[in-house]
Amino acid sequence: MSENSKAKKNSSMSWKYSNALESIEHISISPVYKLFIGGKFVNPISKKYFHSSNPANEKKLAKIALAGKSDVNKAVLAAKSAYDNIWEKIDPKERGKYLFRIARLIQEKSRELAIIESLDGGKPIRESRDIDIPLAAAHFFYYAGWADKLDYAFPGRKASSIGVAGQIIPWNFPLLMAAWKIAPALASGNTVVLKPAESTPLTALKLAEIIQEADLPAGVVNIITGDGTTGELLVNNPNVDKIAFTGSTKVGKMIINSLAATKKKYSLELGGKAANIICEDAAIDQAVEGIINSIFFNQGHVCCAGSRLYVQESISNQIISKLHSRMDHLILGDPLDKNTDIGAINSKAQLKRIKMYLDIGKKDGGEIYQSKHSIPKKGYWCAPTLFTDISQSHRIVQEEIFGPVLAIQSFRTIDEVIAKANNSPYGLSGGVWTDKGSKIFQVSKKIRAGVIWANTFNKFDPTSPFGGYKESGIGREGGLEGLSPYVNIVNRN
Amino acid sequence: MINPIMVYNNRIDQVGCSERVNRIFSRSIKTESKIWALYKILSMIDLTTLEGSDSPGKVKQLCYKASHLHDQYPKLPQVAAICVYPSMVSIAHKSLKSTNIKTASVATGFPSGMTNCKAKLDEVRYVIDEGAEEVDMVISRGHFLSGELNYVSDEIAQVKTACGKVKLKVILETGELNTLDNVRMASDLAMESGADFIKTSTGKISESATPTVVLTMLEAIRDYYNKTGKKIGMKPAGGISKSKLAIQYLVMVKETLGNDWLTPNLFRFGASSLANDVLMQIIKQNKGNYQSSNYFSLD
Repeated sequence: MSENSKAKKNSSMSWKYSNALESIEHISISPVYKLFIGGKFVNPISKKYFHSSNPANEKKLAKIALAGKSDVNKAVLAAKSAYDNIWEKIDPKERGKYLFRIARLIQEKSRELAIIESLDGGKPIRESRDIDIPLAAAHFFYYAGWADKLDYAFPGRKASSIGVAGQIIPWNFPLLMAAWKIAPALASGNTVVLKPAESTPLTALKLAEIIQEADLPAGVVNIITGDGTTGELLVNNPNVDKIAFTGSTKVGKMIINSLAATKKKYSLELGGKAANIICEDAAIDQAVEGIINSIFFNQGHVCCAGSRLYVQESISNQIISKLHSRMDHLILGDPLDKNTDIGAINSKAQLKRIKMYLDIGKKDGGEIYQSKHSIPKKGYWCAPTLFTDISQSHRIVQEEIFGPVLAIQSFRTIDEVIAKANNSPYGLSGGVWTDKGSKIFQVSKKIRAGVIWANTFNKFDPTSPFGGYKESGIGREGGLEGLSPYVNIVNRN
Repeated sequence: MINPIMVYNNRIDQVGCSERVNRIFSRSIKTESKIWALYKILSMIDLTTLEGSDSPGKVKQLCYKASHLHDQYPKLPQVAAICVYPSMVSIAHKSLKSTNIKTASVATGFPSGMTNCKAKLDEVRYVIDEGAEEVDMVISRGHFLSGELNYVSDEIAQVKTACGKVKLKVILETGELNTLDNVRMASDLAMESGADFIKTSTGKISESATPTVVLTMLEAIRDYYNKTGKKIGMKPAGGISKSKLAIQYLVMVKETLGNDWLTPNLFRFGASSLANDVLMQIIKQNKGNYQSSNYFSLD
């Protein structure tokens, strides 16, 4: 068919975007990945492996080593030896040099990393390309700058490194979380054993290749893959001096229990159920867009997602009807298509959990709205979902779902919404939308959460500290404050 | 008479609006969907000449071009309309007689609108007598900015009465309104007062259609439709000379108003040099390489 007749045929139909797939020809994924210990990829002593697969089509991507007890031990010893013999002693500006090098290599390979992130985790290429990978590089750049300026970071006091940091990261932002953990740890003179999430280990392993290419001294960063038991072994290893964990509040509590009365320091970034508050004097269309970004970004797999929406009653119907029409314009499908807004749910287990909450919400009497999308046959998918007619007493309002599910309630007065926003065991983030500057300060000062966004949502920057109140965590990542969990501070004499 | 100030309190956040624009503009339009868009754009163009130096000869040439965009290439659509000054309307109307292309005229003291209401209405009646099928009026920005919204509203309503069934496009001249809040208010005002189309600019000042302004106006049209069921058209004008930007605007229309608005009846581009760039892209999509601009007629 010639282009002419194609165009003619099209002209009677409504306009649909053609596929715009990102090419995957130039990326390389090995069939098997070993453990990265002491600067080399080594076979697991455990002799065990698992698979990482593409959640958009359930195809296996690679075979991944599963680190057992001896492997964890070996990695920790490699990190300890690198700490004692090299990393603690070298000139801090040398540490900075390596971090800058890693940052530049991430930028150089950004397209490949973005594609692998989308293949392994199901997130749209638009997000991995424009958000995950550039931010990961930015974190390395930012902390590279601190490496030789630690004396200025804590004026009048002296900061010294801790030792071996055991770091456990989640599956929602695999490379970005690795950067959040590794960059401040190395900048402040610690060495690292990192355990990526079971369902998304690939970009961390690509990072291991980058670390090799950057000539980082052997053992300064070790990356061991595995499941929950590997993480547990790392937490309990006696030679680890500090644990940094990002993940669920349930696991966070288990970690605190096992670290109680040990010398180990810890920082935890846990769950959230953020309140996103839309006041009646907000810019409506921009607020609607903000709601979309707050809950459907990364399929809602975001610990700081604005999953509890509070809309002032006078504009509630307007906001909800605009949300419906905006949701119908979202494009759900192949994560590698540049026009995809909503990718695949990260894993079968997570999809099951989300579906469980959809059932609970319906059973508890919530009014459900799901946007009209054709769902691909293969893979794990969930259409963007809203619940209305619900209250603080509903489980879908109280518990973290970690999926594209928004619980909407109306409110009448500012005092009421502040009370409701704080009525949660979590306190990671929040949002407020109003045209009135004074109201932004009035509300944000009273909400107990680590980050409050005003007239925007889900914005991240390496210079800005991130972390939770209450059951959302301990310690901060990012910014100057992000160095604190990785140093011992003494008064200078 | 309602007091418009009481009705219009739609706030626009500049930063959020730009972010939405960036997201819309990052859509990747390829292959068949691109061809479809390029053909559609041609059919939505108001081919425009608005110079003090316009002469019958120039207008005739432009009218010929309007219906013969690129004769080497059969089955191309025609542009939607020719847009000229009042004194050129009869020439354009005659030249376009054998085509479906509409004759549009600017009126009401274009581009500044700095004349009295009677003169404006006389001008509108004059261009309609001369054969104009569409009228592009300008609003009184001075009155708008000094808060005399009722004056602006009444003027639009009177022009609409004078137009009768003739399509009325109301030019807000957004470059002189300064804020998106004002753009939104002026859009609402124009639609409530009888506009069939709202249009960004005259093309006579340095700032013409900007993406945030166009998005704000499209959102106003959507809200007006949801409130009243009436479909108002949109015409960005000025500074749109490349296909890529025009396609991005179609994406904006589709994702704000839906496919229903992707028709010349409800969406137009006011442009003088866009057509040739679109033609060049259509031929590139077909033949795989770009032709020299010398193969496309300049009228």
